[in-house]
Amino acid sequence: MLQIHNLSATVADKPILKGLSLTINAGEIHAIMGPNGAGKSTLGYTLGGRPGYEVTGGEVSFNGQDLLALAPHERAAAGLFLGFQYPVEIPGVSFVQFLREALNSQRRSRDEAPLSGGEFLKLAREKAALLKLDMEMLKRPVNVGFSGGEKKRAEMVQMGILDPKLAILDETDSGLDIDALRICGEGINSIMRKPDKAVLLITHYQRLLDYVRPDFVHVLAGGRIVRSGGPELAVQLEHHGYEDVA
Amino acid sequence: MSDLATIPTSKSEDWRYAPANALAQIWPIAVEEIHVAAGGSDALTLVQDGGDRSGGGEPIARQILLVLEDHAEFDLTILNLGGTYSRIAVEARLGKASRLFIGGVQLAGANDKLEIATEVTHAEPDATSRQIIRSVAGGTASATYLGKVRVERGADGSDGAQSVRAMLLSPTATANARPELEIYADDVKCAHGCAVGELDAMGLFYLASRGIAPRQAKALMLQAFIAEALKGAADADNLHAQAQDRLSRLLEGEL
Repeated sequence: MLQIHNLSATVADKPILKGLSLTINAGEIHAIMGPNGAGKSTLGYTLGGRPGYEVTGGEVSFNGQDLLALAPHERAAAGLFLGFQYPVEIPGVSFVQFLREALNSQRRSRDEAPLSGGEFLKLAREKAALLKLDMEMLKRPVNVGFSGGEKKRAEMVQMGILDPKLAILDETDSGLDIDALRICGEGINSIMRKPDKAVLLITHYQRLLDYVRPDFVHVLAGGRIVRSGGPELAVQLEHHGYEDVA
Repeated sequence: MSDLATIPTSKSEDWRYAPANALAQIWPIAVEEIHVAAGGSDALTLVQDGGDRSGGGEPIARQILLVLEDHAEFDLTILNLGGTYSRIAVEARLGKASRLFIGGVQLAGANDKLEIATEVTHAEPDATSRQIIRSVAGGTASATYLGKVRVERGADGSDGAQSVRAMLLSPTATANARPELEIYADDVKCAHGCAVGELDAMGLFYLASRGIAPRQAKALMLQAFIAEALKGAADADNLHAQAQDRLSRLLEGEL
């Protein structure tokens, strides 16, 4: 589904990713762990196409398409979802309006018919219930006045509604209490653990991985994947830290 | 406000951004008076569009004199949508413990010259005034806010605030903002803030990452930007729809 080959990227002229390679197949869940400053968030933003994150080398293919040639909104329409570590607040625009425009933009670009208001609300209600988020909250301005945990659950509701093929989730577990962590974890499993979908979890800690069991764990350090293994690698890192492996 | 008998020149601070030929066409400006009796409450929405979108259109100017008696309340919402010169000026005189809200939105494209001018006088104690002005300018347009809050001697307990923000969509657009305070009383609370900026890049990326195309993302961000000024209006939904329509055309061709 996703092939990253020798990817290098700079932020404000500073090299952050230095020849990163990673392959993710459909049906797989991958976790990327690593110390602060290793380039974990930069990887997510670069794949999402954030302005200012400049690719200086390498290729990324997403379901056979050259991902790096697409604009950010086209990447989304192609099936990529980026869960933000710090979801952005947009006062004056409701979640319902924002997500309906987002979903219908994606559907139009795939030549699918847009959802009516009623159809959209039914879908939104179903996904909000999955993440135990009150539907009333989706009538409020995007992320405004939401707690850290509510923002992350709202990210997962967005993922449920947009139904991507690949989700890159940047520290979805940060700022979550233990209940919210379980709810988000179960949400990720229910939305994304399917044979035709894949997930890349970016995280510092093992704790999310107790709920969303990864098939592969990678250690990112100095802008490269320095080690890969199965779920046991995350446990090992939790006990011994990154120093031994990175 | 200013002497309405003679046509002002650009030397006059209150008219410095007005094109001289437009002033010659609209002068003299009739004063519309609104009076709110003691304890009464009223509201007004002004939607003004002096543009024909091809860059033509007649200049328009309205001059409103608003008198609030003691304990009166008034909500004024202004949507200034375009024109070669489109000005809305409000002079308000606030009685004891009265309350005035002015929410103003200006959406300027092409070569529009839009202007909101206010002069709010706290003449008696304990009155409150709030002004929230949001301007968007693209093309070679200019959007201007000239606003003065005057607190007269003895008008203690006055509370006046102006929040003025402008968003520029092109490097050739102009925003002018001049919030002023003139205070002759001792015990008052007055604040003004003013900022001119560009759309938040992180917000635009967030919308894009959900599949929203750049132009639509900008329209949503601008909707967010002007929302605060329209919050109090009774027909806010209708005003938002008109603003969205104008904004999308503004973003389409920078008109």
